[in-house]
Amino acid sequence: MQGVVQQIVSGLATGGVYASLALALVLIYRSMEALNFAQGEMAMFSTFIAWELISVVHLNYYAAFAITIAVSIAGGFLIERVVIRPVEKAPPLTVVLVTLGLFFVVNGLAGLIWSYVIKPFPGPPGFPQAPISVGGVTVGLQDLFLIVMTVVLLGILYAFFQFTKLGLAMRAAALYPETSRLLGVRTSQMLGLGWGLAAGVGAVSGMLIAPIEFLDPNMMQPVLLYAFAAAVLGGVENPVGAVVGGFLVGVLLALIGTYVPGARDLRLAFGLVIIVAVLIVRPGGLLGRAHLARV
Amino acid sequence: MDRTFLGLGGRTWLISAVALAVALLAPLFLLDRFNTLQFAYVWAFAIALIGLNVLTGYSGQISLGNGAFMAIGAYTTAILYYKLKVPYGWTILPAGLVAGLGGYLFGFPSLKLSGLYLALATFALALSASPVIKNFDGLTNGHEGIVLPPALDPFGFGLTNEQWLYYLALIIAILLFLFARAMLGGATGRALRAIRDSETAAAASGISVAQFKTMAFGVSAFYAGIAGSLYAIITAFVSPDSFDLPLSLSLLVGMVVGGLGTLAGPVLGAAFVVWLPIYAQQIIHNRPDVAYGAILILLMFVLPQGIVGGARQLAGWYRRRSRPEEASDEASLHAVRTGPVRDWTEAPLSGTTGPSEGGSPRS
Repeated sequence: MQGVVQQIVSGLATGGVYASLALALVLIYRSMEALNFAQGEMAMFSTFIAWELISVVHLNYYAAFAITIAVSIAGGFLIERVVIRPVEKAPPLTVVLVTLGLFFVVNGLAGLIWSYVIKPFPGPPGFPQAPISVGGVTVGLQDLFLIVMTVVLLGILYAFFQFTKLGLAMRAAALYPETSRLLGVRTSQMLGLGWGLAAGVGAVSGMLIAPIEFLDPNMMQPVLLYAFAAAVLGGVENPVGAVVGGFLVGVLLALIGTYVPGARDLRLAFGLVIIVAVLIVRPGGLLGRAHLARV
Repeated sequence: MDRTFLGLGGRTWLISAVALAVALLAPLFLLDRFNTLQFAYVWAFAIALIGLNVLTGYSGQISLGNGAFMAIGAYTTAILYYKLKVPYGWTILPAGLVAGLGGYLFGFPSLKLSGLYLALATFALALSASPVIKNFDGLTNGHEGIVLPPALDPFGFGLTNEQWLYYLALIIAILLFLFARAMLGGATGRALRAIRDSETAAAASGISVAQFKTMAFGVSAFYAGIAGSLYAIITAFVSPDSFDLPLSLSLLVGMVVGGLGTLAGPVLGAAFVVWLPIYAQQIIHNRPDVAYGAILILLMFVLPQGIVGGARQLAGWYRRRSRPEEASDEASLHAVRTGPVRDWTEAPLSGTTGPSEGGSPRS
């Protein structure tokens, strides 16, 4: 029993990383109905910026964390303006292909700048590696930091979308673009802002997983996969669903990895089969709306 | 148009005939051994892309998992040869049929899903292929893969190895192209397009939506299986790593670059997918990814509807320029006949409330 709880806790921790990247995917999906293949690579690039700030410039960890998020938001906005805007009105699959191109470009650039040699990335100071024991279950403080950060992130985004004028404008632009434009919302810029926010959220996920997985240009590819699964499992339109989905995927993979014999190779396949089975029962995702079509 | 033959207009007929003649003569006069082999891959890929286009371009179901059906086809060929010593020529059709059956069966659970949800389900299929193959190593030889014999010209035409593979792939590609054309040009094609544009309206008109959607999955997987089998024969080797994620992604790239919902698109898309990595390598030697990605992005800027979509726009523009008085008539006629290239997300997505009420989601 303790073993199960142990696995659930460590699953929740990695799930937090999937959740934050899933959140980033949902932010973009809501505004342009396209999956951003480059989300993980953008997060990886942000993490390299943080590494540069901490290890080369010798900045304080938390200062570097904040600066990286700010730079990522600006970078995401810029990417949308330069790369996505020309295809804003194209079919969604065209947009998806552009993000796939972006995936290769960002990955290759990171390789050119920082090389493919893996680098250690520091964890948050004040949260030592040494685990504490609660009722026989050992919990890493860094794992706790991860889980708490994810929930805080969701809280901040919720507050932003619910209580600020800009958040309202962004929601309106995503749901009713034409009406919003008539009311004076700059819908195109809202898209850019959506990309900025997504890049910021993605940067957090990158900086959270880097101490666990080490830093290299390919580190976010499996994370992107799980985040995609998490976003869809939760219901692609729903940010809360993305976070719930992220935690669920983390726990599911941890449990399969430990308790299904011989599942080392098949862990991913098993996990995805379970997720697809859930989707067949609930085709709109766990927290999504049922399939409704207007005729 | 009065001058039609087999449903082709005069000019289209001429272009097709010239293209066919070039394709048939190229390996004898134009291509060296390396290029001949690369074009054999192009034809094999074209088959897979035609199949994918039936599914995504015509029936509106997105699939990121056709790489898995290619794996089934390739391994059917390899195992039939390796375990049962069946000559490779006799393994191509069974490879397609086994994959097709797999696709047909996969179509049933997929009936429940659409849009990104279906994308994830098929993505799961693509990602499972390689681990599953490695797990059943008694049958598939696991990580090491299976080596096939080199395919030699069986008729003694004096063709080199590469030339024979080229013609084998080309002839099968032409046959399957004509089959797809016949199928999509008739009642089946109309039913599929009706489903893509509105499932509810199609069902109300008496089309069995479930039957056609699962059939589209089956046909698409059949094509992928044949393509996989040819891939195995051309490479003379199968291993699980060939059927990993990059394969399914390059199928997606080929389909969109060629042009969704078109029949010529897959051939152009296949050429793009086979040749671009080779060129990207030449542009930026140590990091070809950057060149690959940049070219992909620029291409989508210039041709958001794919190569065939772009060519159609160009042809329409040219026709309007050269014959202003009758052009408007013909342009509108053309628009009615072929319609704009529609895509999978225009099928009703689950959970969207806004766009259906507030008009287009992005405009």
